[in-house]
Amino acid sequence: MLMGMQPFDEVVTEHGPMVLRVCRALLGPTDADDAWSDTFIAALRAYPELRPDSNVRGWLATIAHRKAIDILRRAQRSPTPLHPLPEVAAQPSAGAVLDDGLRVALDRLPAKQQRAVTYRYLADLAYADVAELLECSEAAARRSASDGIANLRSQMKPTSREEF
Amino acid sequence: MMSHPTDDGLVADLFPPASNDDATDRRVRLAERAAAEGLLDVAYRTIDSPVGPLLLAVTDAGLVRVAFEREGHDTVLGELADAVSPRVLQSGRRTDDVARQLHEYFDGRRRMFDVAVDLRLISGFRRTVVSHLADIAYGTTASYAMLATLAGNPAAVRAAASACSHNPIPVVIPCHRVIRSDGSVGQYLGGTDAKVALLALESAA
Repeated sequence: MLMGMQPFDEVVTEHGPMVLRVCRALLGPTDADDAWSDTFIAALRAYPELRPDSNVRGWLATIAHRKAIDILRRAQRSPTPLHPLPEVAAQPSAGAVLDDGLRVALDRLPAKQQRAVTYRYLADLAYADVAELLECSEAAARRSASDGIANLRSQMKPTSREEF
Repeated sequence: MMSHPTDDGLVADLFPPASNDDATDRRVRLAERAAAEGLLDVAYRTIDSPVGPLLLAVTDAGLVRVAFEREGHDTVLGELADAVSPRVLQSGRRTDDVARQLHEYFDGRRRMFDVAVDLRLISGFRRTVVSHLADIAYGTTASYAMLATLAGNPAAVRAAASACSHNPIPVVIPCHRVIRSDGSVGQYLGGTDAKVALLALESAA
């Protein structure tokens, strides 16, 4: 029997937590849930035409990042935020909800650094895959990711509660 | 000069590990949205039963597959992805009706199933044979020879037996009611014990 495609349900099981992590890097919990759902609906629509040798994780990370940005931009354009930021920053230990300050800092990164950081550190892709998604060399992908991290740290410093 | 981290540990303080809280809710909403947008081609769930966990798979046309645990539910889902569509998601809503009817059947409170069936997984004579299985009433049995006659080809006893063993919708389409001419129960996709249990259930109710 011809080896076909993985049932989509397995794709959700395998990559659902990664997609959530990418969405939560840029959005609060409620918007992140919407972005998670937008990501898998878009993926489900295109899934039957996906080439069998595709890097599914990288493909999903790209869609997730794009969907999160869409929601973020929509919220920034609307006069009242869709979901106001909580007054007290969520604690990281409460389950991968990023500090609001960190989300803002990530949003402020230059596009390539933001994508490199997201793909490498939130989606856990190898630099070779990050490079492919960014259409650059592996060395350039490494540089973008580390510049992004350094940039985040310098943005976070004035408001940080303690030394990183 | 900027330092270039080579170890994920260096950013662990920035990005906490992935968590998957509320995963079930999120997936239920995804399946509902997929169904509403016409993207849910195969909805499935598993239920517990006296013959072990059963996988139930439903398409737009109806119930397409019932699978016993010994068939390997993951294997069966992979086959459905190939034969029907890879747009496969777990969905309670789409499978509720058949699940409820099966529970009633196993409780001895239902003798006939009232569900649409999708026989796309079989064709030709096998399909003819399988569509005649419903002619065998609850609590009764028939031989493979009788089934071949019902299907319009009395000589095709072996083909009728083969069709039974390839019935994609066991229990609901009662291939368990077909036994050997000598009275022994014969082969069953769910195992001989399951076949005996279903026959006992129907003769007791």
